[in-house]
Amino acid sequence: MTIVLAAEELNPLVPHPIEIVVGTIAFLLLFYVLKRTVFPQFEKVYAERTDKIEGGLKRAEEAQEEANRLRQQYEEQLAGLRAEAARIRDEARAEGQQIKAELRAQAEEEAERIRQRGLEQLNAAREQTVRTLRAEVGGLAVQLAERIIRTELSDDARRAATVDDFLSELDGLAQRRETSPTAGGSS
Amino acid sequence: MTTLATAPAPGFEAPGVADFDLPPIFGPVTKPVVQLVLAAIIIYVAFRYSVRKPALVPSKSQFLGESFHGIVRNSIARDMIGPEFLKYVPFLTTLFAFLLVNNLFGIIPLFQFPTFSHPGVPYALAAMVWLIFTYVGIRHHGFLGYLRTSTWPPDVPWWVRIILTPIEFISNILLRPVTLSLRLFGNMFAGHLLLLVFILGGEYMLFTADSILLKVLSPFAFGMGIVFTFFEAFVQVVQAYIFVMLTASYIGTVLADDH
Repeated sequence: MTIVLAAEELNPLVPHPIEIVVGTIAFLLLFYVLKRTVFPQFEKVYAERTDKIEGGLKRAEEAQEEANRLRQQYEEQLAGLRAEAARIRDEARAEGQQIKAELRAQAEEEAERIRQRGLEQLNAAREQTVRTLRAEVGGLAVQLAERIIRTELSDDARRAATVDDFLSELDGLAQRRETSPTAGGSS
Repeated sequence: MTTLATAPAPGFEAPGVADFDLPPIFGPVTKPVVQLVLAAIIIYVAFRYSVRKPALVPSKSQFLGESFHGIVRNSIARDMIGPEFLKYVPFLTTLFAFLLVNNLFGIIPLFQFPTFSHPGVPYALAAMVWLIFTYVGIRHHGFLGYLRTSTWPPDVPWWVRIILTPIEFISNILLRPVTLSLRLFGNMFAGHLLLLVFILGGEYMLFTADSILLKVLSPFAFGMGIVFTFFEAFVQVVQAYIFVMLTASYIGTVLADDH
């Protein structure tokens, strides 16, 4: 369409020199000034923004890593504590059993001692009884013998021998009874 | 469009090239010259305002500035140029802003003249783009390497090359700045002419024409003028975008190692 119109007297394709000069100067000046002052600011802001976003992502990643590390640590600690608790429980159980066993042993020992002492006391009492009986039985026997025989035994030596014989018999009787208590249980 | 303009009602002088020949305001300074300077000032002030307090969480004005810069940086330069795109972002952003504001002057009240419906600055900008991509290409590949990248596509039979290489040379090296500047100029020129036809035609129908029918129909012409104003707003943004997009694409192709 420009060619059709160019056929007219004024040629619209012919430039105006002043426009070329002013337009070129205005454009180049604008370009220079904007390039120096405005566009670097834009680029700086873009770079800062990118930096900020990337930095934020990196920080988030680091926090995540730290959290994971802590969780693992806690889990390890927890596992350790569980094992420790189990160990303490086992130890307590073992100790309890040991204490029980010790107490039982002690009690048995005590019982044994008490029984022993009882036995000793019993023995002592019997000894004493035997001694007392021996003295009394001697007298009683003599009196009995005197009354039975109705003889006056003036001779001391003879009397003593008779008593001793009697007692010996008595002793022998007692010893026999001791050595076979079941056999002589009825007498 | 031109057929509309060449079939005028009796007494109606269709708008034409003469309407683009604006009288000087003072000395040699015309309206487009004032607009060129004003555009540069507006862009500088707007950008400066948007970065007065740069912050990670941007204010509204900073967000607008960043968005504008970001469109050129991320959707044009990075996609078209590749890994070394950052070096060219300031030039491309300035170019986009300068083209956009000057184009939009075409529909902004009180200006209402697209600066680049005069071809001088489009020529100058296209020449600048040509110098840049030629320089970048020669620095990247060496002179012969640059010629080879631009005119010697790989895996082509020799008898095709006889035709293809001259065509590639003409289209990639000679015609790129021409098409770049004429596309912009043509769109701005035609768009403005279209608006003139509807607005001046409506004015003629309402105030000058004798026929009552024309007077009654004149709101239709004004309505079309408004519709095409919206259309022009779209075309002006698109043309600025295409200019920058193609610039980035030219830089990208001369930087590419394989054609």
